[in-house]
Amino acid sequence: MNVMTNPAALDIERIRADFPILSQTVRGKKLVFLDSAASAQKPRVVIDAMVNAMETQYANVHRGLHWMSERTTEAYEAARDAAAALMNANDRSEIVITGNSTGSINLLAHSYGRGVLKPGQAVLISGMEHHSNIVPWQMLRDAHGIELRVAPITDAGELDMAAFEALLEDGKVGLVAITHMSNVLGTVTPAERIVSIAHAHGAKVMFDGSQAIVHRKIDVQALGADFYAWTGHKLYGPTGIGILWGRKELLEQMPPFFGGGDMISSVTYEKSTWAAVPHKFEAGTPAILEGIGLKAAIDYVQSIGYDAMAAHEASLTEHALARLSKVPDLRIIGQAQDRGGVISFVLGKAHAHDVATLLDRQGIAVRAGHHCAEPLMHRLGLDSTARASFGVYTTHGEIDALADGLDRVREFFG
Amino acid sequence: MTQTETFDDLRDLYQDVILDHGRKPRHAQRLAAFDATAKGDNPMCGDRVEVWVKFDGDRLGRVGFEARGCAISVASADLMAETVQGRGKADTKALFEAFRTLARTGACPDCGQALAEPLERLAPLAGVHEYPSRVKCATLPWHALIAALDGTKEASSE
Ligand SMILES: Cc1ncc(COP(=O)(O)O)c(C=O)c1O
Repeated sequence: MNVMTNPAALDIERIRADFPILSQTVRGKKLVFLDSAASAQKPRVVIDAMVNAMETQYANVHRGLHWMSERTTEAYEAARDAAAALMNANDRSEIVITGNSTGSINLLAHSYGRGVLKPGQAVLISGMEHHSNIVPWQMLRDAHGIELRVAPITDAGELDMAAFEALLEDGKVGLVAITHMSNVLGTVTPAERIVSIAHAHGAKVMFDGSQAIVHRKIDVQALGADFYAWTGHKLYGPTGIGILWGRKELLEQMPPFFGGGDMISSVTYEKSTWAAVPHKFEAGTPAILEGIGLKAAIDYVQSIGYDAMAAHEASLTEHALARLSKVPDLRIIGQAQDRGGVISFVLGKAHAHDVATLLDRQGIAVRAGHHCAEPLMHRLGLDSTARASFGVYTTHGEIDALADGLDRVREFFG
Repeated sequence: MTQTETFDDLRDLYQDVILDHGRKPRHAQRLAAFDATAKGDNPMCGDRVEVWVKFDGDRLGRVGFEARGCAISVASADLMAETVQGRGKADTKALFEAFRTLARTGACPDCGQALAEPLERLAPLAGVHEYPSRVKCATLPWHALIAALDGTKEASSE
């Protein structure tokens, strides 16, 4: 698409009006919600879609022959079409519906890891992964004799591309599993380069797109990726639903993960056969209402458009970096060239938890801690950081409130 | 909103006593000679504390600690070290239970006269009850102390 979108075209007041929760007060103050990277707020259309389904059109999916079941199946399966379109998947059957990013990555680690990778092969992750893209690979390593390699990051918080390539050189890496955007540093990794280097060395690539898909248009075919994992609740959708996209021929090679209803073709006591992809990976009654909510969330995001969202966020990020760099004693963690609206920082000697509590007292919600990325924290020589992250409804005024709030915290700790 | 108003707001949790003990703890040191020691770990937030105890007969003589954590956990460790000095083991454990109630609920109405004085000293930490996620910051050093007294080497804040 080649539509030039003026960021001013994003009518922020109208968007904020779409999110009922934003009018809430917290501790008697106007809510300033800067923790969207942990989980985003939900627009009215998502809430209504889920409530409406429960009130007017609900039954189990894929199994009933009656009207309610058929309508519900259509509404639920529409999420798969919406996700396929959102990511520019080649086919709707490449969209596996899971519980969240963690579920997607565990599915891959189990099915691709044990079913396709061979002992002696390696999985390569990076030094800025979320625990959910570390631990499943460790479990695979310990259960299946797969080596786990970690590509280091630079002091600026970018992937060290030379070291990355060197780790692929011996041809043992079967799969690169790497973040597309760090939930701590905001770093966006160079996905196309990662894919072309990995493929040149015979490795497939999975991106953890939990953060990236919130901020950038993801075209899995243009990226050349093999697998792409993400989670609905960060994209303004409900909790309990995630996506694993995979190339069809790869999904077909993979054995199922969970066994049960919905994933079979036939069952006898001697032997069962599996349903076709993606259903062979979707055992049990799925998150029906969440699927319906996710479809509404994707439609919502598409109606705003990634161009407008990305421009808004770039402008917020620039403003935040400028404002925060003027707060004395504040150090921003991560200086990547290509970055999104997730900013970690430390404030003088104050502990991140104290900073977060003192901001909360002023109605400002940020996250503090290790952000489920302990190895990255060790690499940075920190125990914890505070983190502000932005969504489509975040305003420049809220960033000013954060900077002013931090000034007060500083004075308070004196 | 004026600055003072905001600060008033923040003070119910971060009272001067806490800021002061958080910044300049008196007992934040490893004891060269000690009889018992244990570590405490809060895996959720990464707070870590190590406690050393030197007995004086059957009472706690000196308590020293090293803490890595927020102002509340450091202040709590320091106030704890100060308050338990000279107490017996059973007495210290009873005080811990009372303090835990104080931290969780903001008060300990059934705690009895015997504990009134030491609890009064720990009272500045009562404000954490409004912040469920911070209650463990205040109780972690106590968990480590009790583990040291019980001879278990490590404690975790539930
Ligand atoms: C980069 C990254 N990966 C994975 C996850 C895990 O997502 P979920 O908890 O929804 O599985 C998160 C968010 O928590 C994340 O930010």
